Amino acid sequence: MTAFAFPRGLDRPRIADALQRYGVYAAVAALLVFNGAFTDHFLTADNLRTQLVQVAPVVIVALGMALVIGTEGVDLSVGSTMALSGALLPLYLGYGLLPALLVALLAGVVVGLVNGSLVSLVGLQPIVATLALFVGGRGLALVIAGGRLKQIDNTDLLSLGTDSVLGVPVVVLIAAVLAAIVAGLVQRTTFGRQLVAVGGNRRAAALAGLPVRRVLIGVYVICGVLAALAGVLATARLTASDPSSLGNLMELSAITAVVVGGTPLTGGSVRVLGTVFGALLMQLLHATLVTHNLHDSTAQMVQAGIILVAVYVARERRAR
Amino acid sequence: MAPPEAAAAQSAPPGPDGPRDPAAPPTPVLEAVGVSKRFPGVVALDDVSFTLRAGEIHALVGENGAGKSTLIKILTGVHRPDEGELRLGGEAVAFHRPHEAQQAGISTIYQEVNLVPLMSVARNIFLGREPRTRLGLVDFRRMHRETAELLGGFGITTDPRRPLHTLGIGTQQMVALARAVSVRARVVVMDEPTSSLEPREVETLFRVIGDLHARGISLVYVSHRMDELYRICDRVTVLRDGRLVHTGDLKDTGRVRLVSMMLGRELARVRKEAAAGSPGSAAATAEPVLTATGLSRRHLLDGVALDLRPGEVLGLGGLLGSGRTETAKALAGALPLDGGEITVGGRRLRRISSAAAIRAGISLLPEDRKAEGIVPGLSVRENIVLAALPRLSRFGFVSRRRQDRVVDVFMKRLRIKAASPEQKVGELSGGNQQKVLLARWLCLEPRVLLLDEPTRGIDVGAKAEVQTLIDELAAEGLAVLLISSELEELVEGAHRIVVLRAGAVAGELTGDDVTEGALLTVLAETAPQAPAQAGAETAAADARRAAPDPAPKAAPAAGGGPADVPDQAPAAGPREEDPR
Repeated sequence: MTAFAFPRGLDRPRIADALQRYGVYAAVAALLVFNGAFTDHFLTADNLRTQLVQVAPVVIVALGMALVIGTEGVDLSVGSTMALSGALLPLYLGYGLLPALLVALLAGVVVGLVNGSLVSLVGLQPIVATLALFVGGRGLALVIAGGRLKQIDNTDLLSLGTDSVLGVPVVVLIAAVLAAIVAGLVQRTTFGRQLVAVGGNRRAAALAGLPVRRVLIGVYVICGVLAALAGVLATARLTASDPSSLGNLMELSAITAVVVGGTPLTGGSVRVLGTVFGALLMQLLHATLVTHNLHDSTAQMVQAGIILVAVYVARERRAR
Repeated sequence: MAPPEAAAAQSAPPGPDGPRDPAAPPTPVLEAVGVSKRFPGVVALDDVSFTLRAGEIHALVGENGAGKSTLIKILTGVHRPDEGELRLGGEAVAFHRPHEAQQAGISTIYQEVNLVPLMSVARNIFLGREPRTRLGLVDFRRMHRETAELLGGFGITTDPRRPLHTLGIGTQQMVALARAVSVRARVVVMDEPTSSLEPREVETLFRVIGDLHARGISLVYVSHRMDELYRICDRVTVLRDGRLVHTGDLKDTGRVRLVSMMLGRELARVRKEAAAGSPGSAAATAEPVLTATGLSRRHLLDGVALDLRPGEVLGLGGLLGSGRTETAKALAGALPLDGGEITVGGRRLRRISSAAAIRAGISLLPEDRKAEGIVPGLSVRENIVLAALPRLSRFGFVSRRRQDRVVDVFMKRLRIKAASPEQKVGELSGGNQQKVLLARWLCLEPRVLLLDEPTRGIDVGAKAEVQTLIDELAAEGLAVLLISSELEELVEGAHRIVVLRAGAVAGELTGDDVTEGALLTVLAETAPQAPAQAGAETAAADARRAAPDPAPKAAPAAGGGPADVPDQAPAAGPREEDPR
């Protein structure tokens, strides 16, 4: 981390502050400029569309994760929730897309209720509480699916994964709309402001009569539903329901997007746009490295470096 | 709290102390000479000297921020003094780590037992110096045997193999003491050891302390319970605001004098001052808006009852640990109760929760502004409207316009100094943070306002403003409960004062009795509702000290009803101490 030794005489906390606030946007911009100059066929509509389609599920999951992290929590069960909703989907597609979709999302609600109750009522550490369904959720998904991959032939569902509106893939549109909704939720609603207060100082929030338990449960439910939706969209795009691999390591991608986007793990702040760009940054970085013939594992190590920088910056900022 | 008084108090002690021991004073075991310690922004200790003589039990007393903890931490190697030195057995020593102090024979027993809960009793006692067999393995048989012998010596029969956490807190403390003895401690420092003990456990503890005393071990004993101090301690050192106020024999120091030194009010002067404010005459007759009866909570509250009338400021007095904060928290629904009833405006609160209390019109300004009050990362505006958010919203969406209106009104009325309402509250001064919190509660239009140390840690100007505001609010018909460790603030601000001791109401001052002198007298009393005469109390204390120990049930659990005794710790296993 010697590259991060700030020059003497400069106000380190202030630089860290700016870096946490705007670093992710600058990094995305820098990557785009770099690729425009050095990578063939990168800044083409086709490639950008591919990148956006690939990142959309991560963004959707990360939006929920950002809310959970805003309350000083974490949700490890999002990947398993995706698998669970993906496994339930083909079972009910016979009734049509909408009922199947509702069942899949309901699974997300149930997961969220369990997680939220364990955290707020039982008082477990979020990392432990959600670990239960991280393990159990995927197991349940495999049992439901009979351990097999199922092809999807429902055209309505498949069109969700492939259609575009005015050249923008539906998946990307959904992610964008959800980002706007979550941003509005955080900034404009009572629930959102209470969420931030609970994350910022839970004891003070409780003494101020805030419905701390309700807020916590609500946050985990939202996170669960978003993960379930991401599971549906990913299934649609894969044209198959595969509970053994769907959403694998998604919890880590989502946490990474949130942290890189400048949301502190200590709670009390939710940066929605930053989270979207955090997911974008990791996606573009990976694509860049891979197109330059670097191995996948090398790309992962570079991503690890970015995460370290993000955490270091957050720590530096808090130290003031 | 004016400095001249402190100086006066400081000059007093040598008088009674000096001539009384004309012979060579007993050799000091542990000395702190001219010790000072500064932390960023505070002088925690200012040129304090402390001498612990061989074989004595030395009480260390003082209110919050007096410097007791800092002094203890310096004695036990947690902190190093900025100035001055430590002497152990007459030789200068410098401890760099707590471990070094332990090696030198200074053991500490904290409020919270600092042992390993999951390990067995024996392993805890021998931690880090386990006896070994010839093969270098831990010799469990010897360890268990020696543990049983050691504990038996204190009259405790417990299986040395039991995990520590299955024992009651009291027994755990005995284990900690036993460890201290077995490491050949010359000095044992005990920081409020009885704060979470049952009366019966206190008796066992005192017996063990008596044993240690008999073995010639010197003890430093920190406690706020006057009864305990006068029962077991030989000498006393009083600290206040980081300075040494008094050191001397405890039996020469009357209770009232001791309390007045702790609180920084000279009795002679206090008596002359008249009651500052006359009680709100209209308030005295009004129907109470809040009535609480029998508020009880294990170890904390023991049947507190009080009522609050609209338009009055009720002071809640008491020394540290007397249950003032807990009472306020209980009234605000923030402390789960074992029993008790709270009635607001004639209606009984059925659910005890912060939200229910707030709905009923009770607001609490908590003592710990940082931990329980502000949300530092949010703006002044958001901190003010935090509790009122649902009222300022429509269909779950916050209305910025309504918020701004409320925020504007209160920022002006309370004169909150911030760059803008959008400035983060964590960046404001303590006084302004406190005003933001007051605004948070006032914008709920409460009927009852509970203020726990509203002026602590804020600058003089803001303090005066807050005090004036309290008067105004009461004049507008609000019922105010005021908690303050400053006698002056309490006496000047309150129309009536309820004094707590050991979680129970110890007395009430009304009308012309609301004076610092009367308050001091009640604070220093032993038994609940005892006559306001220092002489009688000392006699009572003497009688108690002389009384033989083995009647634990008759212990003077000041105000503690027999209800305490059968109600043992639910998590703890059966009591193991042999009551004899």
